[in-house]
Amino acid sequence: MQYEAPETTKAAVSLLAKAKGSAYVLAGGSDLLVRMKGGFIEPDLIVDIKRIKAMREVKKTASGFSIGAAVPCAELGENKALVKAWPGVVEAANLIGSKQVQGRCTISGNLCNAGPAADSVPAMVAAGAKAVIQGPKGKRTVPVEAIPVGPGKNSLKKGELVEAIVLPARKPKSGDAYLRFIPRTEMDIAVVSCGVNLTIDGKGVVTAARVALGAVAPTVLLVEAAAKAIIGSKLDDAALDKLGAAASAACRPIDDKRGTIEFRTKVAAVLAKRAAQIAYTRAGGK
Amino acid sequence: MVTLTENTLANPKERVTPTVVHNPGLAKEAFKSVGTRPLRPDGLDKVTGRAKYGADFNAPGQLVGKILRSPHAHAKIKKIDTSKAEKLAGVKAIITAADLPDLTNGDKGMYDILDNCMARGKVFYDGHAVAAVAAIDAATAKAALKLIKVDYEILPHVTDVDEAMKAKAPVLFADCFTEGVEPKPKKASNIAKQTEFGHGDVEAGFAEADVIVERSFKTEQTHQGYIEPHACVASVSPDGTGELWVCTQGHFVYRNHCAMLLGMDVAKLRVTSSEIGGGFGGKTHVWGEPIALALSRKANKPVKLVMTRDEVFRASGPTSASSVDVKIGVKKDGTITAASAELRFASGPYISMWAELGAMTSFACYDLKNVRTRGYEVLVNRPKSAAYRAPSAPIAAFAVESVVDEIASKIGMDPVEFRIKNAAKQGTKSSYGPVYGPIGIGATLEAAKNHPHMSAPLGPNQGRGMACGFWFNFGGQTCTDLNVGPDGSVTLTVGTVDVGGSRASLGLCVAEELGIPYNQVKCLVADTGTLGHNDMTDGSRGTFSSSMAGIFAARNAITVLRERAAKMWEIPVDDVVWEDGHAKATGSGHGNLAPLSLKEIAAAAANTGGPVAGHAEIVADGAGVSFATHIADVEVDPETGRSKIVRYTVIQDAGKAVHPTYVEGQYQGGAAQGIGWALNEEYIYGKDGRLQNAGFLDYRIPVCSDLPMIDTQILEIPNPNHPYGVRGVGETSIVPPLATIANAMSNAFGVRMTHVPMSPPRVLKALEAAAKA
Amino acid sequence: MAVIVSTTVNGDDVQFACEPDETLLDALRNRLGLTGAKEGCGTGDCGACSVTVDGRLVCSCLVLGVEAEGREIETVEGMADGATLHPLQTKFLEHAALQCGVCTPGFLIAAKALLEKNPDPSEEEIRFGLAGNLCRCTGYDKIVRAVQDAAKEMRGA
Repeated sequence: MQYEAPETTKAAVSLLAKAKGSAYVLAGGSDLLVRMKGGFIEPDLIVDIKRIKAMREVKKTASGFSIGAAVPCAELGENKALVKAWPGVVEAANLIGSKQVQGRCTISGNLCNAGPAADSVPAMVAAGAKAVIQGPKGKRTVPVEAIPVGPGKNSLKKGELVEAIVLPARKPKSGDAYLRFIPRTEMDIAVVSCGVNLTIDGKGVVTAARVALGAVAPTVLLVEAAAKAIIGSKLDDAALDKLGAAASAACRPIDDKRGTIEFRTKVAAVLAKRAAQIAYTRAGGK
Repeated sequence: MVTLTENTLANPKERVTPTVVHNPGLAKEAFKSVGTRPLRPDGLDKVTGRAKYGADFNAPGQLVGKILRSPHAHAKIKKIDTSKAEKLAGVKAIITAADLPDLTNGDKGMYDILDNCMARGKVFYDGHAVAAVAAIDAATAKAALKLIKVDYEILPHVTDVDEAMKAKAPVLFADCFTEGVEPKPKKASNIAKQTEFGHGDVEAGFAEADVIVERSFKTEQTHQGYIEPHACVASVSPDGTGELWVCTQGHFVYRNHCAMLLGMDVAKLRVTSSEIGGGFGGKTHVWGEPIALALSRKANKPVKLVMTRDEVFRASGPTSASSVDVKIGVKKDGTITAASAELRFASGPYISMWAELGAMTSFACYDLKNVRTRGYEVLVNRPKSAAYRAPSAPIAAFAVESVVDEIASKIGMDPVEFRIKNAAKQGTKSSYGPVYGPIGIGATLEAAKNHPHMSAPLGPNQGRGMACGFWFNFGGQTCTDLNVGPDGSVTLTVGTVDVGGSRASLGLCVAEELGIPYNQVKCLVADTGTLGHNDMTDGSRGTFSSSMAGIFAARNAITVLRERAAKMWEIPVDDVVWEDGHAKATGSGHGNLAPLSLKEIAAAAANTGGPVAGHAEIVADGAGVSFATHIADVEVDPETGRSKIVRYTVIQDAGKAVHPTYVEGQYQGGAAQGIGWALNEEYIYGKDGRLQNAGFLDYRIPVCSDLPMIDTQILEIPNPNHPYGVRGVGETSIVPPLATIANAMSNAFGVRMTHVPMSPPRVLKALEAAAKA
Repeated sequence: MAVIVSTTVNGDDVQFACEPDETLLDALRNRLGLTGAKEGCGTGDCGACSVTVDGRLVCSCLVLGVEAEGREIETVEGMADGATLHPLQTKFLEHAALQCGVCTPGFLIAAKALLEKNPDPSEEEIRFGLAGNLCRCTGYDKIVRAVQDAAKEMRGA
């Protein structure tokens, strides 16, 4: 196995593009090293992106936040401006694994690994985040939900890597939240999860919303029907019931060691309602 | 009668006043060292990273061993081709079952161990070892495993205990005819053994009952979950001698087993136990050690073999999955008229005694006129079931204590009062045979009744439950050496592995007996070459048995010390007594002799007969049985079924708590393991018979944020068979939690959980079913 | 092909050779003889291999040895100042916050990282802060108390 730690994005792209055998990007490594240990993959090349300075930064711009692909999730929780603007995304990022894992893992890696239960992804999808991709043919930007295409499979082409995740600038009277269900209080993979991002008007009526579900389908789902259920409401009980029903209806889960179809479908509704209420409160709704 | 109550309430708001009542029957009443809480002698090394655990040993020139394991639940091994692997550069030895010839000489138990260590013709579970490699490094060994070709003929498998008992189930062994049944069955089955316990006339008892409750329960397989994987370094020389450094609960037993399987003389295999990173019963069985020795013998080099976490789960240690029926009948006044239980335990592929222990412990808490229990050891395509802390008792208690609570509620009796009314006491003929001496079940129940936890207010969606537990405790073969150094410091050498602070406790007992400060005693664990045989640290025997032997060794040393003092003083030895760490002259003739300290006698030893030592070898009979009562407050999220333990209290009889802090630790640790078992831990098998959650990610042991502080209350009902009244304390605390939590859920929501773990999907389903009903 | 890595461990400049796919944990244990960090799982689920890299708490089983180049690593072996134990080490001993002790190095490193960020944590913050470290012996009670007591002492309270 060859290990490279380039200092520029260009060099990283070049290494990946020229690689003959299996090549992997190493950001936090909290997933990659586990797969290597289990013998599921045997990389010929690993490109460590942590020495690329631009990828180690969280930048606040007029259009929002740019989170470098090599920024560990723990740093997101330490960025006060980011926590204030996107608390749901940050809390999702800070639920991945343990404190130890959060010292390494990245939301870009979480996205590119394309796990259906990835914690940060529903929150990012709900937030309308975009992924900035660099490749042999230059730069392109896509909505984050376009990256995972199935369990463990992403849409990146040979030589491409995610350079940063971009979160939009925060609109006034907006809030987001992420909840997941796990059997323990920490350390588990989400059995079902939900990210909600919404905006309200001066009267407390929801004017815009995005609802995303995790671990209930091969990829994270953006559930438009669930968003519609609460847009125009003050998140009253009837709207919440509709939201829950829409969330459950969107579920296409499987029975596995972590949960059953029945359980995931039911709890999706519970989490959607609870997350929406938190987001609503964060937006200033009462 | 409670003699001494010590409180270590975690909840600072509440304090229970200790009640002290002396028991005149106890030889030793006033203690100077025993009962104090000094630092453990091995502690400093453990907080600085210096302590050497199994995987921390290295031998010069060592190779790395790796094991190839079956991916199938049940298959015939048609052929193993190692030729390609042998040609790989850096590979020094490859072994299969052919390198471990059967030397067990008709000993079925040892043959099963051999077969489990390395499959012989057939694999019986996902993870069963089929071959092993020793190579110059891990990468080479891994690569070699991939080059070994095993040709399997896959056979039908069965992993569920109830399925395995059915007539149409695939039979693991064509020569397995149920033991314990007369006449011997004509047809082979997976039921390896049937056992029965009890007394009285159960049918007549049930006929007398006003109310009968009968229920069936299921528990899933759990793992001890020790954080340190099995690890050893084996070194065998061509002259037939060998050394083994290993993390184990019983290096003498490992030595005996390995020597037999390898055809070595016991005396020529020296086994050193490393510091041990948890065992809980899982390190009482040999797993990879015979393989490491066989690899070393073949390669003629030391071989280090460390299991991965995946291997630990797939191929070592789990306890039984079970299904249990319990029936209890009562009079309206709360008298139990009859009780019966049938327990079916998955044993893995080899006969065990786990159902038998379940059958023995089921009703041990109660004074019953009519009782009968029956256990079935059932063979399945899962790894060999191993001991896990009070093996089988938690399973039996889950079923029995659930029914006890339910029936108490049916007749409108308080669950604690109901248990007090039926509790076993001194003189009770236990459900498994023996008549009890002084025991603590009644005292733990009375303490529970009066505990502030019992009357504390509950929050929304919370319920409170309680349950009792029992464990036999064990004594066994024990050998210790006590040596007095020229400066008067004392080395106590024991052969019981220290799994959780016993060296401190043993040092305290010897300091007590010799009348010297704790700091003057150093306790260490000897290797098998320097001490006689010791049974393992199991059955909560470590401190019980080695303290007994240590005290006897100290008494022998005192005899020597008195003789030496007599010599120094030139007076008859009968005129010398040992008091407070000094030899004192008694009688009228030698009034002016100042007492001689142990240090002074030791300093003169070269001129009075040589080094001063004491020795003891005993079978430590008389381990006092142990009882506990637990109380838990559980909060359940009614929308998701997730449970949270809000408050937890353990009340248990310790006989005499030698080092109370470590006794509390045992109570808390056992409770935490029981809570994990109750809520989330389980082996999950796919339809293909393969284990799906062989890792700490999906085998969910409790994490720090899952648990509250665990309050403990130590009761001391002295064990008359131990010089200081000590009972084993390590295991009983894992027995009550499953039922305690189930009872709490029942009290909160009126749902009776009968399937452990009570994981969120199961609880949610039960809540919904109850809401519909 | 082995790679030569220059790094700082517990304040000492060291060099080691390791394979590019070798973990930092293996490098510490097998190349540098620092066996304080333990492998309990190898997959980041138990925390027994906890160390800090440039001050950041990580599982060393999820870090490649080659990544250590130019970094500063701290392990349990570097916690004591000569013969003076770190307050956490002292409190773990006094509270009997260890039984078997195999998880202890990881807990100490994680607790140190926790207290550096949050000198006065609540019980809940301690419990969630240490949730990445599995202990199977103690039920965590005495560990949490030891951390509380150490925090108090370190604050000079």
